[in-house]
Amino acid sequence: MQEVTRATAASRFALASAIVLVMVLAAAPYWGSTASLRLLGEIMVYLALASLWNLLAGFTGLVSIGQQAYVGFGGYMLFTICISLGWNPLYAIPIAALVAAPISALVAVLVFRLNGAYFAIGTWVVAEVFRLGFAQMSSLGGGSGLSLPITVMREMASTKAEREALIYWAALLLGTGSITIVYLLLRSRIGLALTAIRDSEVASSSLGVSITRVKLLVYVAVAAATAMVGALVFMQKLRIAPNAAFSVTDWTAFVIFMVVIGGIGTIEGPIIGTLLYFVLRQFLADFGSIYLIVLGGLAILVMMVAPQGIWGFVANRWGLSLFPVGYRVKLQAMPAYNNGKENEYVGRNQAHRDVAAARRNR
Amino acid sequence: MDWVNGIVQGVLVGGLFALFATGLSLIFGVMRIVNIAHGDMIIACAYLAFTIIQLSGLHPLVSLLIVIPIASLVGYLLQTAILNRTLGKDILPPLLVTFGLSIIVQNGLLEVYSADSRRLAAGPIETGSFPLARGIDIGYLPLLTFLTAVVVVAGLQFVFYRTEIGRSFRAVSDDPETSQLMGLDNRKVYGLAMALCLAVVAIAGVFLATRSNFDPFMGPSRLIFGFEAVIIGGLGNLWGTLVGGVILGVAQAIGAQIDPGWQLLAGHIAFLVILAIRPEGLFPRGAR
Amino acid sequence: MSDVLLEIRDLDAFYGDAQALFLLSLALKRGEMLALIGANGAGKSTLLKSIAGLVANKRGEIKFQGRSIVRRHAFEIVAEGIALVPEGRKLFTSLSVEENLRLGGKVRRSGNWSLDAIYELFPVLKDKRNVPATLLSGGQQQMVAIGRALMSNPELLLIDELSLGLAPLVIKDIYDLLPKIVQNGLSAILVEQDVTRALRVASRFMCILEGRVSLEGKPADFSRDQVTAAYFGT
Ligand SMILES: Nc1ncnc2c1ncn2[C@@H]1O[C@H](COP(=O)(O)OP(=O)(O)OP(=O)(O)O)[C@@H](O)[C@H]1O
Ligand SMILES: [Mg+2]
Repeated sequence: MQEVTRATAASRFALASAIVLVMVLAAAPYWGSTASLRLLGEIMVYLALASLWNLLAGFTGLVSIGQQAYVGFGGYMLFTICISLGWNPLYAIPIAALVAAPISALVAVLVFRLNGAYFAIGTWVVAEVFRLGFAQMSSLGGGSGLSLPITVMREMASTKAEREALIYWAALLLGTGSITIVYLLLRSRIGLALTAIRDSEVASSSLGVSITRVKLLVYVAVAAATAMVGALVFMQKLRIAPNAAFSVTDWTAFVIFMVVIGGIGTIEGPIIGTLLYFVLRQFLADFGSIYLIVLGGLAILVMMVAPQGIWGFVANRWGLSLFPVGYRVKLQAMPAYNNGKENEYVGRNQAHRDVAAARRNR
Repeated sequence: MDWVNGIVQGVLVGGLFALFATGLSLIFGVMRIVNIAHGDMIIACAYLAFTIIQLSGLHPLVSLLIVIPIASLVGYLLQTAILNRTLGKDILPPLLVTFGLSIIVQNGLLEVYSADSRRLAAGPIETGSFPLARGIDIGYLPLLTFLTAVVVVAGLQFVFYRTEIGRSFRAVSDDPETSQLMGLDNRKVYGLAMALCLAVVAIAGVFLATRSNFDPFMGPSRLIFGFEAVIIGGLGNLWGTLVGGVILGVAQAIGAQIDPGWQLLAGHIAFLVILAIRPEGLFPRGAR
Repeated sequence: MSDVLLEIRDLDAFYGDAQALFLLSLALKRGEMLALIGANGAGKSTLLKSIAGLVANKRGEIKFQGRSIVRRHAFEIVAEGIALVPEGRKLFTSLSVEENLRLGGKVRRSGNWSLDAIYELFPVLKDKRNVPATLLSGGQQQMVAIGRALMSNPELLLIDELSLGLAPLVIKDIYDLLPKIVQNGLSAILVEQDVTRALRVASRFMCILEGRVSLEGKPADFSRDQVTAAYFGT
């Protein structure tokens, strides 16, 4: 049986060590080398992307393979703002979110018309449209892209070290902020709604949840946050071109693999997956395509033998929960026979039972 | 005349898009999954033909006699060994597994064949053409591709609606529990559907490879073209899918006439417009 | 001993964590018609589905013609000679009447039932053979469902809720045909809400209450009140 209270000794310990860890990380510009600062910055970027994609796919059931649309869009917002307006690049981060939000709402109107599985490809088409569209804009360098002039970067800070530190702090803020927001969101009423949606649309509509509104809200919020990450990424890179900005491999494939391997539908999973990704990369990065094959193979293996990923496996095994949100999605590969009909009623935690009960009482 | 010619060529290209699409549509129709690796399998078949031709010197179209059975067998095994285990009420596992597969196939092809782009030489039919009207030449190969698409659609239609295996496909799709009471092993039925899908994929791959260059990373955009044709034509309607492919081909041709950079964009926009004004597609199968 | 067709011993069946049948035992002779009665949710459908192999999560023993089938898949059990007419008919929506029937005959067991024989039994179906099965009336749909099950030439026919949702006249018609349906020594288990009718046609009955057998025997041996008590558990 599951604990009734959310806070456990493990979770209190986790919270305390998370706070200490963030403080240590915040001080990284004072203790770390430029190279380690960059690596940490990159890890933060992927932590953010992984948590956001997990919110979208793992908790809301919106399996997008087109999130690169918003990474690239955020990147191009940065370049537009810096080059045409000459503003401080850091301003581009919130502005990217503000512009991406309404655009993603428009996109949602279209792609939400597609059934769950086709939704995935629909989002990909949108990302392609973004890529091809930006490639047509000669003021933004067309297909070959452009670089961020150093004069613009000086708007941010005059020395390189200061700039590196600022960019790193922004990354830290986005990385930890994304995790925190996803965590808080899932503990809110929306969290219950999300679990219900992810579980069964029928049940959640009987709980009085407006499925479409919650989905739309999450889609737009994730798009806006992803655009912020995008603006930051290209501040780190200082160069943008359509193919890199809208790369499905860099911004979606890696992210999906991290989340799936770490544990989709859990808060901890994306964190574990991201860290594992960077550890593996130390050993396999030189092999390029082999690294991708290994990651892809690992993700398939996880999906088939332990669909809740490394974290789900660990958590089930030892009943651990570092970030208890009370209601966690239960993923299970169903045998081809009954299409899960029978298993629908398996209740391992309370939310699941509520939903099943709601369905029966319909 | 350029415009008319462009559109005629677009119609013929549409046949190729329909070949990309029908397999996708078939799989979705039978087991409600979308195979993200569909496009990569098309490209993998192109490479398989490439290797067979290198070893044997066969003509690409003749090589199909070998490519189709191999592809079908791989499809059956893939379905029964892996994909069947991901089926259920949750759409996530099959999507993510086929997504992983897509990345593996692309990078596997890259490792084996390098990033160089290749092409299958088809001899005289590759360049030959006949004039339809002044300024409009119909290439033999594009015409053959289109006719093949028509034959494939008609053939699938026949299998689906006139044969015992087609009945099984529909029954399993309707009600995967009751179908077992008819003595159907759903896993095998799904395996056969995937085998049939890969037979079409093999045809699509070989025609693609004789008509244009290909490289290991071309799969995803073939998936997208196929997907757009399916949605434009209307889910569950194979003839609609053929029309969807033609519309996509024509849209791309018109875009290319405006500006070469607009070719793909115009296709996507046509798709998005149809999604906006007729989300169920042009010819949806009557609601059951 | 050889005239025992189906033997169930100590059967437990589960949906996930929830147990639906408890230590249920039953023996059915060849040619026998057993009426299975019980309140809503008692476990009648679960028992039929367990026999047919649609409930996989179960413990205990089910033997058919002396062979254990408790671990077999549903699609193998049909081939052994057990056909289920599921609750709510469950016709295939995208198949015509005739296609539904043909699919029922897919296991190709030998016997007297064929497409022609089904059309002879239910002549209305012949005129509607090319109509999508779900466009038929409720009674006609039930005929298709029965015909589809018979097409596999079963030894044992399981019928779940024969009269559910049908008009009284239609029910009467179908019951009048029942002797023809179970001709040639076919055995049957009949689940029925209409207890009186079920007890009239059956040679034996079994009443289930909350997953357990509450009464069992020949209809003539029990009073109405005894049956009612077993039915409602009062
Ligand atoms: N698919 C299922 N998943 C979970 N529980 C189920 C499922 N089907 C039935 N049950 C439960 O199992 C028990 C027995 O149900 P069953 O359908 O066998 O009853 P029944 O006797 O056929 O009732 P009815 O007369 O209403 O058809 C009930 O408590 C029911 O809620
Ligand atoms: Mg019942």
